[in-house]
Amino acid sequence: MHPGARRGLGPAIIDDVKVLLRNPRREVEVPGPITIVNLLARLDVNRESVLVIRGGELVPGDATLADDDSVEIRPVISGGA
Amino acid sequence: MKCVVCKGPAIIDIRRHNANFCTDHFLEQCRRQVAKAIDEFSMIEKDDRVLVAVSGGKDSLAVWDLLLDLGYQADGLYIGLGIGGYSDVSGTYARDFAEARGLTLLEVDLPGAFGYDIPTGARAARRAPCSACGLSKRHLFDAAALEGGYDVLVTGHNLDDEAAVLFGNTLHWHTEYLGRQLPVLPARDGFPRKVKPLVRLTEREMAAYCVVRGIDYLVEECPMAVGNRHLSYKAALNDIERSSPGAKHSFYFGFLDRAAVHFAPEAEADRTELGACRTCGAPTTAEVCAFCRLVERAGGSLPEAGTPTAVAVHLGPTRTRGTAEAETDAGDEAVVSAGSTR
Repeated sequence: MHPGARRGLGPAIIDDVKVLLRNPRREVEVPGPITIVNLLARLDVNRESVLVIRGGELVPGDATLADDDSVEIRPVISGGA
Repeated sequence: MKCVVCKGPAIIDIRRHNANFCTDHFLEQCRRQVAKAIDEFSMIEKDDRVLVAVSGGKDSLAVWDLLLDLGYQADGLYIGLGIGGYSDVSGTYARDFAEARGLTLLEVDLPGAFGYDIPTGARAARRAPCSACGLSKRHLFDAAALEGGYDVLVTGHNLDDEAAVLFGNTLHWHTEYLGRQLPVLPARDGFPRKVKPLVRLTEREMAAYCVVRGIDYLVEECPMAVGNRHLSYKAALNDIERSSPGAKHSFYFGFLDRAAVHFAPEAEADRTELGACRTCGAPTTAEVCAFCRLVERAGGSLPEAGTPTAVAVHLGPTRTRGTAEAETDAGDEAVVSAGSTR
């Protein structure tokens, strides 16, 4: 079921925040509005290990994402010892 | 969130400094931290010829950019490791960076010049892929730097890298490596000076630096590194950092300030036992160095004597490089830190 529908609102009325994740590359949707800090907590992602990027720019931790936002959660940890 | 310096809108929070920064002051912060590391550890002199090992990833491209910004003359060195499409793409990022800025990029094609790639070499030598990769890169970095007459070789190792290697070496009490895990390894016969100007900056800051500076880099992880121990150490340290900001910095710089000296005699003893590799002349503790043994096991071969290890890629205004006799390093620094270009 679409998250918007759970709130009695159809997907045609409210979009979710689209989140691109990497390694492996995949996309998830999260109901907005939501702050970056809460988004990362919801997805169980450590803030120390990622950047959040919207439209090619960094999004600070206290920013709130609107329903129709699309963001990338980009991992910053690389291996190769 | 406001910038700690100008009170304008901040783009990033750095919790270990308890500070937020706007774009301009974040870039200034990165430059200041690199300059401080270079000064504090006497890494690079102003007129040094600098060779930066670049992989196409964020750290190596960022450190190259930062050094140029700070006024150093720095060329790049890229090694094609033959890791399938990953190497093809990573090389493109390195070349694009150099071409856009009119920089000199030297290149080594491991399969073309030595007849093996990392997956094949790792299987043949029964080494972990990251071990075979690190060994190959260290040897080739040293050879290219010495042949090219560079004063210093720069790698993009950052605070996360150093803290993770320290964590692993401490966890297993590899005391023979602890005395050599320093931000600067001085030059000596067969080794160029090697420095790590990013030790005061984290991976997150380097990724942010690239985003802010518009530097395109390879985001995808190396397929050979997925699931390795180094990554799990980084994840563990970041879990600690989340609840205790500054823990990684304290761990690493506390080690440098108060513990590294206690392990120095053991590291020095290892180094005094070096001889010359029978095959290539590189410093080694064995008759044949670890790199030459890897090449042999992988079914490869060394280039003819006098063949330069690295050649300049014609991207922009390049300068001719002289090629001295190859006096190269191989395996004596295994595990000290990554052979990684980060």
